[in-house]
Order: sequence, then structure tokens, then C-alpha cells
Amino acid sequence: MNPVFIEAVGCCAPGLGGWTRAQPILRGEGPYVREELAAPQPQRLPPNERRRAPLAVRLAFGVAEDALGTNGLAPAALATVFASSDGDTHIVHRISVALAEPPRAVSPTDFHNSVHNAAAGYWSIAAGARLPSTSLSAGTASFAAGLLEAAALAHVEALDCLLVAFDVRPPEPLLARWCIRESAAFALILSPRRSAGSLAALRIRTVPRVAETAMEGPALEALRQDNPAARALPLLRQLAQRASATVLLDGAGGCSLALDLETL
Amino acid sequence: MNPLRISAYTLTTALGSGRAAHLAALRGQRSGLSQAPFESCSLPTWIGAVEGLETALTGELAAWDCRNNRLAELGLQADGFLEAVARLRERVGAQRVGVFLGTSTSGIHQTELAYRARDRGPGSALPATFDFGRTQNIFSCADYVRRRLQLDGVSHVISTACSSSAKAFAAAYRAIHSGLCDAAVVGGVDSLCLTTLYGFNTLQLLSADICRPADAGRNGISIGEAAGFAIVEFSAAPGLALLGYGESSDAHHMSAPDPEGGGALAAMGAALRRSRLKREDIGYVNLHGTATPANDLAEDRAVVDLLGERTPCSSTKGWTGHTLGAAGIVEAAISLLALEHGLLPRSLNTRERDPALRGEILMENREAPLAYALSNSFGFGGSNCSLLFGAQP
Repeated sequence: MNPVFIEAVGCCAPGLGGWTRAQPILRGEGPYVREELAAPQPQRLPPNERRRAPLAVRLAFGVAEDALGTNGLAPAALATVFASSDGDTHIVHRISVALAEPPRAVSPTDFHNSVHNAAAGYWSIAAGARLPSTSLSAGTASFAAGLLEAAALAHVEALDCLLVAFDVRPPEPLLARWCIRESAAFALILSPRRSAGSLAALRIRTVPRVAETAMEGPALEALRQDNPAARALPLLRQLAQRASATVLLDGAGGCSLALDLETL
Repeated sequence: MNPLRISAYTLTTALGSGRAAHLAALRGQRSGLSQAPFESCSLPTWIGAVEGLETALTGELAAWDCRNNRLAELGLQADGFLEAVARLRERVGAQRVGVFLGTSTSGIHQTELAYRARDRGPGSALPATFDFGRTQNIFSCADYVRRRLQLDGVSHVISTACSSSAKAFAAAYRAIHSGLCDAAVVGGVDSLCLTTLYGFNTLQLLSADICRPADAGRNGISIGEAAGFAIVEFSAAPGLALLGYGESSDAHHMSAPDPEGGGALAAMGAALRRSRLKREDIGYVNLHGTATPANDLAEDRAVVDLLGERTPCSSTKGWTGHTLGAAGIVEAAISLLALEHGLLPRSLNTRERDPALRGEILMENREAPLAYALSNSFGFGGSNCSLLFGAQP
């Protein structure tokens, strides 16, 4: 695949609130201290929806706005890819509880928010974004799959593309049965064209299965493993350090991805 | 765009398993919908249920057992699809075949059953046998299918509600065009569950009557389940191919279509532009046609805006029900059958055509040569996808 250009980064994770704050931590200039993630209050959601919007939607908006804040691109001009292993498991929980007992009163709002593309739908409405949008899952490799699809959209359709990867910590009793322990979201804006603000050029290759690139400290490595979207962290560390490197990620199939990053 | 050759395809719905069963049901004008009960659902409604899903998966993939993956397995067994994939794997290599599927439900029925079975005591744990990751997780159906087919290429599941498995074709085109794989298995699986039955009911979109697309008295959907798959690749060989695709977002409402049909029009227009065909080349439109008052009206407006009032069109949801995340692949497969056999299916269950609709709704089956067909799939969140199929000379 031809290179695509990384134009902006967004970050919304415990102890990594915003790309500006996250960069020195990812460069190793300060310690990573896990802090409880405050639910974002996205500016693009109308005030009456800001509080009642599902956590997954607020997280996706928060990280998208973080990426756009550092970039002059208009959100309506961006194609979008929303990558999430499970969408909003809090809604799955509430609907499953309702269905387990008579009278099976499913909340209409919960039902229409239960679709995996709920965040994408709210985003397209709020941003007036009518371009192609995909919402996908590849389980714990959802960030890798989202990155591939976003790069392919940029490459094949010549579109600037906003990639948002997010997953939320499930409520009990689902928490006991699933591997997601943290809520976190990460975003990238990719472009097929190099701009004055391009941070790096990215080439993606598929390679036979190899071990993933890990984070150095145990706390950041734990975060990487506790949320599928946080598989983005090794790539973000290279971007924060302005250091070219090849980052290895599990693909969702039997293959891995090699991300050849050349900082600009 | 370069045509994306359809080397093999199959579908399993309430009409049966495989292409021949579907062709016979279409010709015989026999609906697969019935008032049979689904599990413990007490809603008065019609469903498009697939037979043969009672037996659990066994063997090394038994951990993926759930209604959605049983349906995937049944679907893979039809029309020699397993053998076709085995030959493809031999020819291009397991690492070079991608798997892109769509679903809206995944295996959520397994979670519904687990919640019903959970302890009533403090902690309320789910049963130890419940495997969230291999059943309810959105990726589960592609994970099952790629393991079953022994494919190691790039893979993901698209879940954009009712456009999911139509968008799988676009994802495969991009992945192949980018060199990430040489061929792909595309399709979708969506299965009956309480969440969608009670969910659509609470939104007052579920009909107590059999669904009647384009009918003056239509009042909602009938939910169906289905699995469908296709092999796609670039090939100089003549045969059926995807000639265009278009994707758009309504940016209007989470669960209602843009009444102007703007997003639908953008998706169909993009598919037509990519194919470099002219609007008069399109001989049939398989409508999304859910039989809700709002959808059919908005879609009709978009179809007429793009293609005029004389292009034959029909929704085939009167046959299969609305198979949600699988609707894209099911209706792509029906469009391919229409192209292969020169059969334009009618709008089944439509008694009196809604006079507000201006498009050429087919009130009877039509046997006529067909060169190019458009298939529409639109979903909650305003997600639209339109696919254009024809024969590659």
C-alpha cells in the first residue's frame, strides 16, 4: 500500500487525558500514573444530549475532538472509521436485564443506541458528515482492523479519514467474563496527501504472525492489554517521540501487521 | 472501478439453503415468513426463521456455539461454498484471502439466555459456560468463519446495522485494491434474538401483520435471519461482478431515514459513477424496502431522483423478512440470481401499491433479460450502501 500521512492524534485514556498531556508521558519524560478517566463532555453534542449520551459515544466524541483540536480539517470533510471490539456493553447489559424478566420492557433509546454504529451515527449528525463511514470490530485487534480500513479509505478513495478506536469497561456481570478492564479511546486523522502539518508517513504490510510491540513500563503495558483500542499505544509512543520505527500489531486474522512509520 | 469478480456465492434464509431453493421460492412466489413462535417471544408478529439451527456446533470450534454461528455454519455448507473456498485457498494461499462479514446481532441471543439463567443471589454471576468473546463479540462470526475455512488473511466484521453486509463488499474491494489480500470471502450472518424483536417493537417498527413493502397499508417490518457468502477477487474471467458501490451517511437521525432521501441518493449515485454506467443501463433495483412507512417513501424519492419513474424495482423482504445485518448479502445474492436467470422478483405481499410512491414497483414477477442491477441497504445511524452488479464480459 502507498503511504498515508498521519495528520493528527487524539487520546482519551486513564492517565492520558488528551494528546498534549500524553506526549511527554509517552516520551518517558514523566511517569505514567493511572487516574480514573473522567467521562468527556464533548462540545459537538448538543447540551441536552451531552450528559445522557452513552459513555461509548462520549468517549468517541471526546477523542475525535481532541484530534480535531490540533488540526484545521473540517469534520464534515472527513470519512470516518469507528473501531470497537464491543461497542457499548452497558446498553447490552440493560437490554439483557430487561429481557430476562417480564414484561420485557426494552427502552427505545437503549435499542437505537445499541447498534455498533451508534457513535458513528451521532458523529455524522453532529458534524454534518455525509461521507462514507464504517463501524467495525475485530475483537482485541479492532484498532489494527480500523487502521487498515482507514488507510484503505484514504488510499483507494483519496479521502481524509478520521479513525476513532474506543472500548468501555463493561459493567458486572459481563466484566467477570470478558477481557476489557479499562475504558479508553484513541483517534488518528489519516490523509492520502502530505501536508505541512503531517506528523508521519505510514506504510502498512501484512506479515506472518509475530509478537506485538509492547510498552516499556508495566503500567502502560497493562493499559495496552486492558483495552483493545489501547493497542494504539506503541504507535502513539513513536509519534510522541518523533521516532521512525516499525511497530508490530496482531491482525484479526491469522496474520500480523507491520506499521512502517517514518516521522516527518 | 476495476470490476470485482464474484467467483462463488450462496445464501441461506427462511426460504431454504442455497441458490436453487431461493430461485424456486422466487418463481413460486412463496414467502418464507410465518407466525411460528421464536423461543419465548410472545409478540404477535411474523418471522423469517431458518430451519436446522437446533443442533449445537461440535468439534474444535464448539466454543463458538451460538445461534449466529450455527447459522454461519449452515450457510457455508450450501452451494459447494466450502469446496470453492478450499480451491481458492490452494490457488492464492490462506494468508492472502481476507474475510469481511457484516452482522448486527452477532451472538447476542447467547447473552440473553445467560442473563436469564444467572444466579439470583448477590453478585448475580453469569453461567460459567457463557463465553462472551466467542459468541456475543461482534467479531465472533468472522472469527468462526475464518477458522472454519482455514483462512489467515486480514479480517473484520462491519456492524452498521442494516447496511453491514453490503458494506463488506466495499471493504473487500478496498483491501484487495490496496494489496492487503488477493481475494476475500464477504457476506454476513444475522440471527433471530429477543433484542431485535422486542427492540423494533418498542420503536413501533415491528408489524403484527406480514410485512408489505410499498403497500398503501404497510405498517412495519417482519424480522428474518440469514447467512450469505461470496468469494470476490480481481479476475479477467467473464462472469458476475461487482461493478460499483457507494456509501454515505444521512447525518439526519439515529433511527429514522432522511425523508428527502439524500443519503440514499448519494450512495446510489456513487455506485453508478464508479461503474461508469448510465442511469438507463440499470434494469432492476432491489430496494431496501423495509415496509416501514418512512423508509419506503424516502427510498422511492431517491430512486426516482436518480433513475426516473420507469426502472423496475422491488423489495424482497416479503420473502425473507428483514434480515438486518445480513440483508446486504441476501439482497446482493438475490440480485445476482436475477441477473443469472433473468427473473425480476415482484414486491411480495403488496396488495395495493401506495399511490404516494412514484417508482415502478413490480407487482408481478417479470421474466426478462437483465444486464445491471442495483441493491440498496440502509441502516440505523443513517448508514447507507448501494451495490451495482452485472456481468463482466
